[in-house]
Amino acid sequence: MERVPIVKIGTTLFVSIQIDLQDESVMRLQEDLAEELVATGARGVLIDITAVEIVDSFIGRMLAMIGSISRLFDAETVLVGMRPAVAITLTELGLSLRGVRTALNAEKGLELLNGSA
Amino acid sequence: MDVDSSQGRMAVYMRDHQDKVVGRWTELVVTGLRGRSSAAEVRRELEALYSLVLRAMSGSDEHATGELRATLAELSRSRARNGFTPTETALGVFALKDAVSELVADAADLVPEYLVFARMIDDLGLHTFESYAAAREQIIADQAAAMLELSTPVIRLWEGIIAVPLVGTLDSARTQLAMEKLLETLVATGADHAVLDITGVPTVDTEVAQHLLKTVSAARLLGAECIISGIRPQVAHTIVSLGIEFGDIATKATLADALAHALARSGQRIEKAGPA
Repeated sequence: MERVPIVKIGTTLFVSIQIDLQDESVMRLQEDLAEELVATGARGVLIDITAVEIVDSFIGRMLAMIGSISRLFDAETVLVGMRPAVAITLTELGLSLRGVRTALNAEKGLELLNGSA
Repeated sequence: MDVDSSQGRMAVYMRDHQDKVVGRWTELVVTGLRGRSSAAEVRRELEALYSLVLRAMSGSDEHATGELRATLAELSRSRARNGFTPTETALGVFALKDAVSELVADAADLVPEYLVFARMIDDLGLHTFESYAAAREQIIADQAAAMLELSTPVIRLWEGIIAVPLVGTLDSARTQLAMEKLLETLVATGADHAVLDITGVPTVDTEVAQHLLKTVSAARLLGAECIISGIRPQVAHTIVSLGIEFGDIATKATLADALAHALARSGQRIEKAGPA
């Protein structure tokens, strides 16, 4: 199973997903992220999904759940770089990812996190 | 009676009277078309058809039938494109039957042969009509595709603000196309505000509202905020009567209001230039 690396920059955890997401790797990411949030006390999570081309309802729900978990550690989650096709799929699935903020690219996502911090 | 030989006898007979039949046929068709085509033009077309019909009937040429059908199909396609009615198109074939029947009226011994011939013309008539209908269907499909392309421009209004003027009734296919274009433009330009202008949408019912909401939530997933503008008084009335909720989506009366709102949200301001 492939693991998604989590990089800490300042008070932000940076997660760039470069693989085709499998159910197990997303669940693993969720656990890793929770542990990392406890260990570092980070205030923000930036998830870059530019390279993700396919999502299903499970992964969509997991992304929303990551947002809820981060909130419990008082950290804001920003999802950046979603592809149009992915956005359409999630909308058709009825997932609007409430609780997760979104931005067009990593730069705008960081601005959003720093602005709210 | 052997069909082939009767067809052959009919063919010989028709070849002998070619000038007379083609003349009468042309006359009938030209009257039917009410001067939309010149007699010389019609005669040229019909002479070519007539010789194909004779070749098909004589049975000596196995490609003749296929060639005849292809020629007829081509003819009815061009009729369909030029706006002829179905009757005018089918008449071109059926008039041959009339022309021949007038001739055969004098020769009583040819009646069985004529009946076989008439059945063949009926077949050709049906074929003509089918080609005509297919051509019309094709024209309608082409026009629908052209309309779909026309209907969804995405305009860059300002730095970071884009607009989609929606015109015409919104159905699933068109919303899908508009949504795709909007999202692609958001990614390409890096804009974080999008204005959906529905001034040109004649009616807003629950389905249209549903489509708009979907577009807005897809844009939100990309990190862009949508504003709906161009809501006319009657449309506002319908929306409220139907109990449609736009939730926390900003709605404005005009595109100008929406632009001002988007500018304010992105921290920009326009001022009148002072005296030079």
